[in-house]
Amino acid sequence: MIKRYIKPVLIVMILLWSTVSSAQERFPRPEFQTDYIYPEHQLPLHRSQIWEYIDVGVLVAALLLTSWLAIKKRSRKGLIWMSVFSLAYFGFFREGCVCPVGSVQNVALALFNGSYTIPLTVLLFFLIPLIFALLFGRVFCAGVCPLGAIQELTGFKPVKLPRPVESIMAAVPFIYLALAILFAAMESQFIICKYDPFVGIFRLDGKYTMIVFGALLLLAGIFINRPYCRYLCPYGVLLNIFSRFAGKHLTITPAECINCRLCEEDACPYDAILPSNFDQTQEDPSRSRKRFIRYFMLIPLFAVAGGVILYNSAPALSSVHRDVRLAREIRAENESGIEAVSKAASAFKESGQTEEELYSKEQLLIERFKKATVWAGFFLGLSLGISLFAMTIRNTRTEYKPHQGKCFSCGRCFRYCPVEAKIKNEKA
Amino acid sequence: MKEGKNIYETRRDFVRKFGKVLAVIPVAGLPVLLSRKTVAKGYVWQIDPYKCIACGQCKTSCILTPSASKCVHEYALCGYCDLCGGYLKEGAKSIGTGAELQMCPVGAITRKFVEEPFFEYSINEDLCDGCAKCVKGCKDFGNGSLYMQIKQDLCANCNDCSIARNCPAQAVSRVSSDQQYIEKERPV
Repeated sequence: MIKRYIKPVLIVMILLWSTVSSAQERFPRPEFQTDYIYPEHQLPLHRSQIWEYIDVGVLVAALLLTSWLAIKKRSRKGLIWMSVFSLAYFGFFREGCVCPVGSVQNVALALFNGSYTIPLTVLLFFLIPLIFALLFGRVFCAGVCPLGAIQELTGFKPVKLPRPVESIMAAVPFIYLALAILFAAMESQFIICKYDPFVGIFRLDGKYTMIVFGALLLLAGIFINRPYCRYLCPYGVLLNIFSRFAGKHLTITPAECINCRLCEEDACPYDAILPSNFDQTQEDPSRSRKRFIRYFMLIPLFAVAGGVILYNSAPALSSVHRDVRLAREIRAENESGIEAVSKAASAFKESGQTEEELYSKEQLLIERFKKATVWAGFFLGLSLGISLFAMTIRNTRTEYKPHQGKCFSCGRCFRYCPVEAKIKNEKA
Repeated sequence: MKEGKNIYETRRDFVRKFGKVLAVIPVAGLPVLLSRKTVAKGYVWQIDPYKCIACGQCKTSCILTPSASKCVHEYALCGYCDLCGGYLKEGAKSIGTGAELQMCPVGAITRKFVEEPFFEYSINEDLCDGCAKCVKGCKDFGNGSLYMQIKQDLCANCNDCSIARNCPAQAVSRVSSDQQYIEKERPV
């Protein structure tokens, strides 16, 4: 009975001993007597680099076509087909990465990290939609972005949200953008990609939570159109700002607005139509001027407050970095005896790094976070201040026109305009 | 009255123009700023086999099912042992090809007799799900000729690789698309 076990036990003992004695090459290479040839293992390459450049070409072509459809041709149908194409190409065929939305993080990483160099195609994917926003408004959202397209095509029953909800939710993308840039610059995480709701759907494969989040957004999007674009999309913030200065922008009416108010009610599910208001009563100018100055003074106050608040939350925010998390876990084990059970902790113990090295790395990271969070807070405070200040400016409009920042150039409002219908009839 | 309105409009025009210039600056400035940090080549994700601790996180972390990371076999490193730490389960009662003896839960490793006393082990990639059990065995008890690599023809090349995010040993990083695999060095 014992004899049966001696052999395996001996072998295991020899093996264990050899583990200690040498790391690699425990067993010598065999010397084959027969003419045995070592097989080659197959290491197939990724799809060719040329595809990335083809993607950039398709992006430019799609943007040009969408701009023409939105501004010149004024065809909602054309824009819908454009969305179908973009969803098929950039979504299901190309499977999502790198998209301009996520490229924000690559740019931030390249700007603030010494070693990362950004691939040219990613930089182009970031810049080209912004250039088009400066020229023609948010045409990227209208028919090129696959995330926008999938929501545009599933928004069947638009419902308008109350104004206060809309304005409060509109602040979320700013916070998302600030955090995404912060975490990317700190080499911690790419949160835009991590929480991308639709990429799992494009790949027909992905994390359970990712697919559920995407499906829920699409379900909500049936009524609240484009929920991701309006209340989350961080790239939308940049497009929003750039589009306000667009050279040419989509218009509701093809000719002169006749102030018929037909587009006022439910033409735009995004609340992006600015009504004509020339007939409203003028306010006392000295009062409005006082308010103007008061809110203008508030802008730097908000900016400084934002910087201070985020500076103080730097230690908490820094825990998104894996090294900081690991250092805290190891410290908790040493100080309060909570055993570090994570795989990262066991890998750290195996690696032979000292705890001092880890702690000093943690300190360095927190210092870096402190420097960066000030700017993130400054940006957030500044945007809040400016958007409050903007409310004090009263514009006099003699026509209905789209809010250039909010308008996705989707063309839903075209068919509400009687001038449009009249011109079409005359042509026919 | 009319004149006053005109002044108002030019001021607004001025703000618009100023804003436009302000918006153009970053668009024009970024390529200049990043001119030295831009490369024509892209990146792919790869596992550094020397850092990998064969914990098996790749199997569950990858957004693809099955994972794009799979075991590869560097034959030139292999000892062709009869008693293989990567092929046989710990505590296997005997040496053989029985399913109950195999380490691989999906039976992706084939064992083939070459000559006395050598056996060739090869990985069937279609079956391999990247659990890294064999890699762990080969690392602990053998030459380490079995190791994990991300198969680039399968990889979706996410901007943020979720294997890299979850890898406890920080073994996954971006590598240039010229050199898409980090192969273990072969003995001369």
